[in-house]
Amino acid sequence: MTEREFDPRLPLRKRLGMLFGLLGAVAIAIGLVTLGVLIADVIHDGWRALSWDFLTSYPSRRPEQAGILSALVGSFYILILVALIAFPLGVAAAIYLEEFAPQNRLTATIEINLSNLAAVPSIVYGLLGLGVFVRSFMLGRSLLAGALTLSLLVLPIIIIASREALRAVPPSIREAGLALGASQWQTVRLFVLPAAWPGILTGTILALARAIGETAPLITIGALTYVAFTPQSLFDPFTVLPIQIFNWISRPQPAFHERAAAGIIVLLAVLLLFNGLAIFLRARLQRRIRF
Amino acid sequence: MTITSPNPARHIVQPAEPAALRIERLNVWYGKHQAIRDVSFTIPARRITAIIGPSGCGKSTLLRAINRMHDLTRDARVEGSIYRGEIDLYAPTTDPVWVRRHIGMIFQKPNPFPKSIFENVAFGLRVNGYRGDIAARVEEALRKAALWDEVKDKLQQNALALSGGQQQRLCIARAIALEPDILLMDEPCSALDPVTTIRIEDLMIELAHTYTIVIVTHNMQQASRVSHYTAFLLAGEDRTGELIEYAPTRELFLRPRDRRTEDYITGRIG
Repeated sequence: MTEREFDPRLPLRKRLGMLFGLLGAVAIAIGLVTLGVLIADVIHDGWRALSWDFLTSYPSRRPEQAGILSALVGSFYILILVALIAFPLGVAAAIYLEEFAPQNRLTATIEINLSNLAAVPSIVYGLLGLGVFVRSFMLGRSLLAGALTLSLLVLPIIIIASREALRAVPPSIREAGLALGASQWQTVRLFVLPAAWPGILTGTILALARAIGETAPLITIGALTYVAFTPQSLFDPFTVLPIQIFNWISRPQPAFHERAAAGIIVLLAVLLLFNGLAIFLRARLQRRIRF
Repeated sequence: MTITSPNPARHIVQPAEPAALRIERLNVWYGKHQAIRDVSFTIPARRITAIIGPSGCGKSTLLRAINRMHDLTRDARVEGSIYRGEIDLYAPTTDPVWVRRHIGMIFQKPNPFPKSIFENVAFGLRVNGYRGDIAARVEEALRKAALWDEVKDKLQQNALALSGGQQQRLCIARAIALEPDILLMDEPCSALDPVTTIRIEDLMIELAHTYTIVIVTHNMQQASRVSHYTAFLLAGEDRTGELIEYAPTRELFLRPRDRRTEDYITGRIG
């Protein structure tokens, strides 16, 4: 073997690598600039309306008095409820499918349907919620009906994310537990789940962030757009941030549009807070559990 | 559908010692592919039995069948019987958790739990509801695994901070804390350096006074150094492993009766 048998074309290969790096940088720049412009525009429109009064006042016919309290509290309650319903169900389903279920036609069908459900437009979940929770279960346009509908919406996302996290746990850990006479559940509970927590939590928090940004399914089940009180029980009517924003934008008065922009800032802040929490939790748990 | 086996002329010597395990017509499939066919032989108690053969001959598959690890592999299927005394490990009434509690396993890559050294050894005792003094049992297991002197001052340290050889001895301690009667070892030294390998081999010889050891190894020197009996597996054209020869180690290595065994141990195949 001699050098002459090779045609390394090093300069060409290097140029190709640089070209790809450049393409990637451009792609990132497009995303960042678009986002930056949007945020700057919203802040420019809304910052004057943003105040403590805005956060602690109920909506009003007079735009200068209109606040976001009922929507903020509604979103908060919805979030807690969805977390309480969807997280245990989703994680349990993922554990069953990944660790216990036999591999047969039934589980294969479930698997395909899960991926499909994650891609179903949210308004379809709204119609389902309207038919099942609002009408059949006679929950009305209540907080509980809204939370159940959104739970259905995010369940497939939580299940898929949790399964990925469980699948990433090295099989050697399962084998080690089982070879010592631990039952399958003991192995899952003591070793597999702790190792999968960071991924499961990240997936769940991102799914919850999606839930508080949803408007369509809640409008479908009849969430109110003008709520001058905070819900006192699970069966009270409610509204959420995106609905309030949508309501203000559709008003003719420009002062309401300012309120809408301020509402968007609040919603973005809540979302950022959540994604930040997800990143923080993942970093913390990963430091604790390492293989 | 019947597959006519090439049915090699098998050379199987049944050991004179009392039996720890009797493997009878064991077949394992992964999906449609048969990994081992009709393996039958007897593993003597308190001896080291080596399973050797080239890559893909099914030696790990055979070892993992003994403590029912294939139950976890979704498309794996096992037929045949493995008797421990009167009990068939594959009888419908036999609980795989019970099997694994009495037949310990050491894996190729040391796999301690990401917990303290103490908790690693105590784990098997805890999950199986041990009612005695856990600390005493942990110490005893670490002593038997020749690890006590090195770790007695840092039992609360994370086990992952130990060296590879120490981790593997910890895995052995973890397994013998449950006082199994059989220890299965799946190439336990292949991730270790030569000096550490010798330490583990010495430990195996020591443990064979109390335990029955079955070791899978691709290292023929190791098989000849430590084992009393050796089983040679080989896969044919269909990639299905069969037991070609089983005999006392010295006999198998010095006077192999099958031509294929001779070819393998002299390095002509594999």
